[in-house]
Amino acid sequence: MKNLSAFMIFLLLSAAGTALADNADPPESVVTEAAEELEVISAVDLEASDTPEDAGGSVNLTWQMETVGSDPDSLGVIRSGPEGEELITTLPEGTVMYIDQTVDNGTEYSYWIVSYSGGYVQASSEVAAAIPSAQWIYRGRIGMLIILSLMAGVIIYFIESGKKGKELFIREIAGLAAVDDAVGRATEMGKPVLYIPGIMDMDDIQTIASMVILGRVARKTAEYGSSLLVPTCRSVVMSVAQEVVKEGYIQVGRPDAYNKENIQYLTDDQFGYAAGVDGIMVREKPAAIFLLGTFYAESLILAETGRSVGAIQIAGTAMPSQIPFFVAACDYTLIGEELFAASAYLSREPKLLGSLKGQDAAKLFFMILIVIGVVSATIGDFWSPLKSVAEFLRRLVTVN
Amino acid sequence: MRLVIPLAITFTAGMIMILNFFVPHQPFKFLGENLQEWYMIVASGAIFLGVMNLMHVHSRKIRLKQKNWKYSPVTIIGFLLMLVTGLIYGVAENMPFDYLFMNMVAPMSATMFSLLAFFVASAAFRAFRASNWRATLLLTSAFLVMLGQVPIGAMIWDKIPLAKVWLMSIPNTAGQRAVMIGAAMGVVSTSLRMIFGIERSWLGGAD
Repeated sequence: MKNLSAFMIFLLLSAAGTALADNADPPESVVTEAAEELEVISAVDLEASDTPEDAGGSVNLTWQMETVGSDPDSLGVIRSGPEGEELITTLPEGTVMYIDQTVDNGTEYSYWIVSYSGGYVQASSEVAAAIPSAQWIYRGRIGMLIILSLMAGVIIYFIESGKKGKELFIREIAGLAAVDDAVGRATEMGKPVLYIPGIMDMDDIQTIASMVILGRVARKTAEYGSSLLVPTCRSVVMSVAQEVVKEGYIQVGRPDAYNKENIQYLTDDQFGYAAGVDGIMVREKPAAIFLLGTFYAESLILAETGRSVGAIQIAGTAMPSQIPFFVAACDYTLIGEELFAASAYLSREPKLLGSLKGQDAAKLFFMILIVIGVVSATIGDFWSPLKSVAEFLRRLVTVN
Repeated sequence: MRLVIPLAITFTAGMIMILNFFVPHQPFKFLGENLQEWYMIVASGAIFLGVMNLMHVHSRKIRLKQKNWKYSPVTIIGFLLMLVTGLIYGVAENMPFDYLFMNMVAPMSATMFSLLAFFVASAAFRAFRASNWRATLLLTSAFLVMLGQVPIGAMIWDKIPLAKVWLMSIPNTAGQRAVMIGAAMGVVSTSLRMIFGIERSWLGGAD
């Protein structure tokens, strides 16, 4: 028993001694690792290049950080140019890119990245140089430029044809043919016409197209002597609508019938506007409602309320997701491009009809292009020459 | 001059924006960015026109006791309440403006939005009547899509959700893209007509 106790004490002392020895004298590998941790990592693979497709005055810098070592407190970007050497910015550690926008075109600049730790430069990258320059065209948009030029050429050709008096056939658009009937119906019933120009501002092309149609509707209401209400969702649209309607009334010699207060601003809020317009519909019970412009979720709320008051409704939008709602709830719907064709269709001016014809010709061109693209992409999987045709078309229509 | 000045402004601004899209070089970049900023400034300034119009229309209605004038005080009080609380206390969280917005404006907007569910039902009821073969096709497609959207569709037949996915991603996408391409043509054509002064009806039909 005594021997056993002595053995146990020996074992404990041995274990304690080993532990103490470990603390006092670490293995060589541990010492090496600790020493390496003190080295601050540096930026590597620094690349400087002119910023592509810009107005110049800009250099892109990209780099990587070494993987072994301790992180720096921050990074400094040093630039050497005609003004000498200078620290142009300090970046947080971990940053791997910077765009220098304080350079002059045509001058060579050299850059390197320094790593700061404890307020001192601890490491530095290699040097990279670049000469900034301005570009004259976005290369990724050349295809779009070609297509636009072709389209413009075709449209201008048909406008010239229209001006020369060439007969241009335009298919009937039921929604536009019904504009006069709708205004006439309102006049007969002694009820107002309600015109809703969508919920977007004047920087939206659909709102602009809507204002063009509003001018025609205003002339017709002035001619027939019926009241025209235009509640708007944007202040700028209100101002433009007031001018358009006023001009329409002046044109048919009825400036006295123009009432500025009928073109009113409601609110910028989408559903606040829908509530306001619904209120006008229920109170005023218009006989004809025009919903022309950009609409979102409020489209069906407006169209269904209009239907419930028994109005004849002509809607038009280029928003694909709202068209089904209008088709379901309105008497006539202008689908997509028909909204933009309204001005030409209603005025029957040869120049405008020519542009419409040009638009149709351009559409035919794109339809052919799409068919060629689909066929070449499909057969291209088995026959490589067609694959390159598909690739060419893809590059042509891709905009970057 | 009444015609020439607006047409000249439209042409210049339109051409600058087109060139800005294709040419990154100065001065087009600078001019394009500035024109967009100008629009924002003009639009911000125009909000006062809207406010003045709102106050004028409703105060006149009250003054002249026009038809339905009793709704106008509600509009004016609501507008002034939001304006005053916003100006005095700011629009930060837990301030009166925020309280009014979160507890009045937001629920009322949500109420309007929720009406959509009922309107969709009533519009669908009318649209889905099988009056001819095209309407029948629409009805069948809609029925499949609705059935594929709910668990019972897969329980009836596991191919129904697949049919729904096919309908949505192939014929539906094709139709939507056709509308978008046609609309894009219309946008280009309308823009060119306006930039080159062919379309003048936006000037009130001045010729």
